[in-house]
Amino acid sequence: MVGKRVTKIIRIVGLVVFAAVVAAPLLLGSAYLTTSAVLIGIHAIIAVGLGLLMGYAGQVSLGHAAFYGIGAYCSAILTTRFGLPPLAAMAAGILVTGLIAIVLGAPALRLHGHYLAMFTLGLGIIAQIVFNQARGLTGGFSGIASIPRFSIGRFTADTDAEAYLLVLAVLAMVIIMAYNLVNSRPGRALRALHESEIAASTCGVDVARAKLQVFVLSAVLASVAGSLYAHFITFISPDPFGFGFSVELMVMVVVGGARSVWGPVAGAALFTVLAQFLQKAGERIPYVDALDTVLFGVVLVIVVIFLQRGLVSLPDRLGLGADHGQKQGA
Amino acid sequence: MSLLRLSSITAGYRGLQALRGVSLHTNEGEITALLGANGAGKTTTLNVICGLVPCQSGQIIFNDEDITGLPPERLVPKGLTQVPEGRQIFGDLTVRDNLLLGAYWRLRRHYKTEVDRDLQEVHALFPALSEAGQRRAGTLSGGQQQMLAIGRALMAAPRLLLLDEPSSGLAPKAVTEVFDKIAALRQRGTTILLVEQNVSAALQIADRGYVLEVGQVVLEGTSQELLANRDVRRAYLGKDYEEV
Repeated sequence: MVGKRVTKIIRIVGLVVFAAVVAAPLLLGSAYLTTSAVLIGIHAIIAVGLGLLMGYAGQVSLGHAAFYGIGAYCSAILTTRFGLPPLAAMAAGILVTGLIAIVLGAPALRLHGHYLAMFTLGLGIIAQIVFNQARGLTGGFSGIASIPRFSIGRFTADTDAEAYLLVLAVLAMVIIMAYNLVNSRPGRALRALHESEIAASTCGVDVARAKLQVFVLSAVLASVAGSLYAHFITFISPDPFGFGFSVELMVMVVVGGARSVWGPVAGAALFTVLAQFLQKAGERIPYVDALDTVLFGVVLVIVVIFLQRGLVSLPDRLGLGADHGQKQGA
Repeated sequence: MSLLRLSSITAGYRGLQALRGVSLHTNEGEITALLGANGAGKTTTLNVICGLVPCQSGQIIFNDEDITGLPPERLVPKGLTQVPEGRQIFGDLTVRDNLLLGAYWRLRRHYKTEVDRDLQEVHALFPALSEAGQRRAGTLSGGQQQMLAIGRALMAAPRLLLLDEPSSGLAPKAVTEVFDKIAALRQRGTTILLVEQNVSAALQIADRGYVLEVGQVVLEGTSQELLANRDVRRAYLGKDYEEV
């Protein structure tokens, strides 16, 4: 057991380091660093939503890359072809993904078992086909270029630093929302149904409905992240929205810790950095960048064996956590 | 006046007929015991009442309303709450959160002051739950977990409480404690349908009882009648024919 004072000092140091890391891309002015940070933020937005679905509603989605893609394509198509402002295009993406999520989730979540995983797997495959084949709409393999940067009213995120601030602001809102949700009456119901659906229903919780609401919320968050991505990169093609990324998102959530709000954020940061690092290394050493699946798999295995509650449980395991005494969760 | 009435209920699992025409009723303000051996259909009867197992034929009337086939989340607001078998408390949540979940549907409808008052009342009934409010429910003893499961159900302000095997897996001392609490609930005016394998303990607090065998009611009567019945004494109370 570490002394109370040491714990306090370590926590303060941790906070300062965290603030420094968040501010670093702005202070150092490195384009590479800022781009990575924006991607981390975008991935974290999806991961927080997926974490609510996996960690609290106990459901798996294998199609979140598709929701991400649908958001991105809605934004790209509506702004480049129809001249809609980015905010309106983002809202349209939210509407489309929300409707798809309801249509898929309503039947899948009434059934027991992992039907949602199968349904979303199907969605991922269909979405990938549409992105690739509906050339008139999506541009096919070559995708859609010259998407405008995100703007709200007179503010436009022209520079990468501005885009970073925008993504940070959205991520902060998502995290606050997730915190409020988890600690509110519906959140309590979610944590309850994760433990026992029968007991939750005998408390008057409509289990299927509660799961559907979380699924729709997580799909919509993926869509928002997709819109932010399209307006940041300003060019999209079907590649980033495939099945591989859906799996990567799940790994982010599991490794970070699904049953917490910060876990998925940590997972998103870790894997985005790892992927970027491998890509850099691949420029010097041939084929290293093809090892990402292997490396992700190894990290996943290590976490699942030694740290079941994910990276966020590390401080607790080292005896630095906030709760000592009774709250020794296994 | 009967609060709940089952008429010729049949139900089953995959071709296996678990209930073969069960009829019974509970009187308002009374404890009705549903007795029988393992596999007699006691739990199935409760699960059919609260919609966890589909009813194949027959009718369930609660409070003059046909509730046959309604899912549990629709029954709770009508005043019918089950304490499921094996307690099924939420071990990772705090004791307080468990209790508040019991009041889930009422908090949605902003009955906050009533819920606060009921929380006080449950705490008065089970002082151990008040002391353990911020502890993880999974750290409670078996007896306390059963109290919590009952307390959680009371938070839904039920008119009829369905109790499934409250004595299962408990130490003898805890069983006595739990049954004392159930008797106290009756004093408060809660109507209870009690499923129990511990026949002697159940009949000591119940007003009336039914004996189920292979999915059928084979005997019904007041607790005194059942306690005096030769077959009940031999089959469920462990007496020899010489003793009866």
